[in-house]
Amino acid sequence: MLAAIGVESLDALFSDIPAAVRERFRPLGLPSRSEMEVAAWLEEMAGANAGSRLVPFLGGGIYDHYVPSVVSSLVSRSEFVTAYTPYQPEVSQGTLTAMFEFQTLICELTGMEIANASLYDGATALAEAAMMAERIRGRGRIAVARTLFPQFRRVLDTYAWGADLSLVELDYDPSGRCEFDNPADELSAVIVQTPNAFGVIESLQGLKRRIGDALLIVSAYPLALGLLEPPGAFGADIVVGEGQSLGLPMGFGGPLLGLFATRKAYLRQMPGRVAGRTVDTEGQVGYVMASQTREQHIRRARATSNICTNSALCALAATIYLSSVGGDGLRSVAKKNLENAHDLAGRIAQIDGFDLAFDGPFFNEFVVRTAEDPDAVRTRLAEGGFLVAPSKGLVALGVENALRIAVTERRTKAELDRFVDVLGGKR
Amino acid sequence: MKTIFERPTSDGASSFFPHADAPRPGGEYTIDRELLREFPPRIPTVSEPIVARHYTELSKANFGVDDGFYPLGSCTMKYNPKINEAVAALPGFTDLHPLTDAASAQGILGLLFELTDLLSRMAGMPAVSLQPVAGAHGELTGMFLFKRYFEERGEPERSRVLLPDSAHGTNPASAAAAGFSTTEIPSDERGMVDIDALVPELDETVAGIMLTVPNTLGIFEERILEITEAVHTAGGLCYFDGANLNAFLGRARPGDMGADVFHFNLHKTLSTPHGGGGPGSGPIAVSEPLGEYLPAPRIVFDGGEYRLDWDHPRSIGAVHSFYGNVLVAVKAYVYLLRLGDEGLREVGENAVLNANYLQARLKGLFDLPYDGTCKHEFVLSAQGLPNEISALDVAKRLIDFGVHPPTVYFPLIVREALMIEPTETEGKASLDAFVDRMERIAAEAGSDPELLRSAPHHAQVRRLDQTRAARDLVLTHRIEAPKT
Repeated sequence: MLAAIGVESLDALFSDIPAAVRERFRPLGLPSRSEMEVAAWLEEMAGANAGSRLVPFLGGGIYDHYVPSVVSSLVSRSEFVTAYTPYQPEVSQGTLTAMFEFQTLICELTGMEIANASLYDGATALAEAAMMAERIRGRGRIAVARTLFPQFRRVLDTYAWGADLSLVELDYDPSGRCEFDNPADELSAVIVQTPNAFGVIESLQGLKRRIGDALLIVSAYPLALGLLEPPGAFGADIVVGEGQSLGLPMGFGGPLLGLFATRKAYLRQMPGRVAGRTVDTEGQVGYVMASQTREQHIRRARATSNICTNSALCALAATIYLSSVGGDGLRSVAKKNLENAHDLAGRIAQIDGFDLAFDGPFFNEFVVRTAEDPDAVRTRLAEGGFLVAPSKGLVALGVENALRIAVTERRTKAELDRFVDVLGGKR
Repeated sequence: MKTIFERPTSDGASSFFPHADAPRPGGEYTIDRELLREFPPRIPTVSEPIVARHYTELSKANFGVDDGFYPLGSCTMKYNPKINEAVAALPGFTDLHPLTDAASAQGILGLLFELTDLLSRMAGMPAVSLQPVAGAHGELTGMFLFKRYFEERGEPERSRVLLPDSAHGTNPASAAAAGFSTTEIPSDERGMVDIDALVPELDETVAGIMLTVPNTLGIFEERILEITEAVHTAGGLCYFDGANLNAFLGRARPGDMGADVFHFNLHKTLSTPHGGGGPGSGPIAVSEPLGEYLPAPRIVFDGGEYRLDWDHPRSIGAVHSFYGNVLVAVKAYVYLLRLGDEGLREVGENAVLNANYLQARLKGLFDLPYDGTCKHEFVLSAQGLPNEISALDVAKRLIDFGVHPPTVYFPLIVREALMIEPTETEGKASLDAFVDRMERIAAEAGSDPELLRSAPHHAQVRRLDQTRAARDLVLTHRIEAPKT
């Protein structure tokens, strides 16, 4: 091969790297290892995560939902896993057809007209929605419900600072729902999350009318939309969400799946890839990437977003999940979440020293006020084998002495019984 | 292709979840009816065998690295070792909630801490964040760091980012998303940054430069040290797009070239799969002055325990919900442990050897606008082919031979560009077979141009009508009205 190239040594191929740079190179001090050794070491590291064996009552945007085997099995087919972005549609019909299905499913869940093929996660999807609303309205100011998940707010804050966009906060009322009393005429958008960081389902009825011509951005929990009226029915302009609940593992918080849906009229401002239907030269239906003139590889500095790589394989998992469970199945799993959570909440409220913090309607998580130190309660729960989120997230939202508890369809009656016992101090 | 919505539906409900059980001690739920859907979402119920066959059929209409040669330039489509997938699927990693206490997540925190350290030393730069989840996300994070740096220094007027005209589209888009304007710097006749054009731009409005090393022509910027020194002297910062790191693995480090921010594409260089467009991972390494602005939380080791450190008041904040694409990071970590120093060096050597071999074999056949030693990739032009055969025709014809087309029409400075990156995981036989096919295509361009213009002939679909897709936008399947 070197002869064909016309050089004498491999080193000659690297002589264009300045000698001063090559001389400064330092290796990692890392030996090569066999697959068997690495597999054993990594199994040990996986085993050192005790949290994966405890029973999670953790939520806050990421939930312990059941993933049917058909999802993980099909999504791991190497033709899906090892393909790149579908730049060549004739050899990418699998990915592109699935993108088209995904867009259809997300529109159906959110009640919107168009959806993109995914963004990184729920947090960046929300930040992108804010940027898009600002491009459309251009008023430099967006109102944000205080009750966003903290991880959504953190990312939104970063992107908003980067774009010199100011955020004004909307407080919550005693029911735990957002209060919309800001003047709407100077805002590019109003952002609300449902269910919110307290687990409370926001009341979206009439909201669109009250905020004037500011865009209504709703961050929603897609699995809950199997049961809840979709934000599109309330006039939302952009609906975003974290798609992990639709067939993805928790994975210590990544990879995740950013959902993004909007009105057809805003297509030109939408971030991210989108698949469209077309035909080939023989009239056969096929799918391609559509509306690419919005994207960075064409529009460069004037693109609607810088995003290129997204969460395609996670979107495929969500597509297979939704196709497998169907609309009825999604409603039934959502209902199971609701029933489990309300059952547990009702039983906790009967224990002395524990009360529900808010009386607003909730889906599968809720906030409990504790008479004793919440961290002592957490420690007791952990000793009983249960995981609950630290209380400091709630403290940051102005709720002292409280814990947020999430209950999915995976929690069994035996686990709920035991949880109640441990919470109440029974050993 | 049919969609899942055009498959037979089943009447029975799916049985993935248990049916309602015993009476509820805590009481039944009550929820205001106006919050609920009247009908379930209109998603057809399809039986599991139909779902399995549908998605298996879709998978067969896809081309992955396991299906054949995938010389997609700038994308580093190397083989993705199966052990990576097996390890990342261990329940100890997948079943871990991100809000789990550090004490119950020592294994994964330790892994992320070690990966951070390895990446930092690979880059030759003191600090790393694993939070960005894609190359473009790393770029955006880097641009946020630029912005914060100049804010803190009281130089907000530095609002302009310079980019070579060969840059990836994400570079200008990322700079713009962080509020910077962009100025394009032309390339010289050898395909490198034209320093004579760069220097006059380096005034007090410049925040810095975004470079790709080697650049998108596959050419190493020989005067890289002069470029970064000129930018630094003018008070600017240097961003390095790491998409092409495969070219100098085990031989050089961006920190030694003057980089202030460098992003890794774990889904390119470190063998994690692309998944048809993601998820990826785009960790960034930064120079000393930028370290304190990195996203929070950061993973620290205090002698006994790994924990998340949120206390970084000067940080730009967060760019991802949690700690980045953790399961992707696990795969990259496995890859690094397997290779070690020796393996990494071999990867770089073979990537460059393969590219130069292909370039040498193909340059008599196709126009090579920038001739010389390449790194991991090179760019041909289809412009000289007879009968006005285009790069697109060549690309589509390659599909008929079971080869994934190269990147076409990029970089923008080469007309009818065919950007070819063989990667290190192809053997000589595979490269020679590719040359044979390219020879045949070059011959067909003269003898049977229509065969090329109408290609592909042996794919799931024939050439698709992009214009129609843009004109009659159909972005969703029309689902039938709800059952009543």
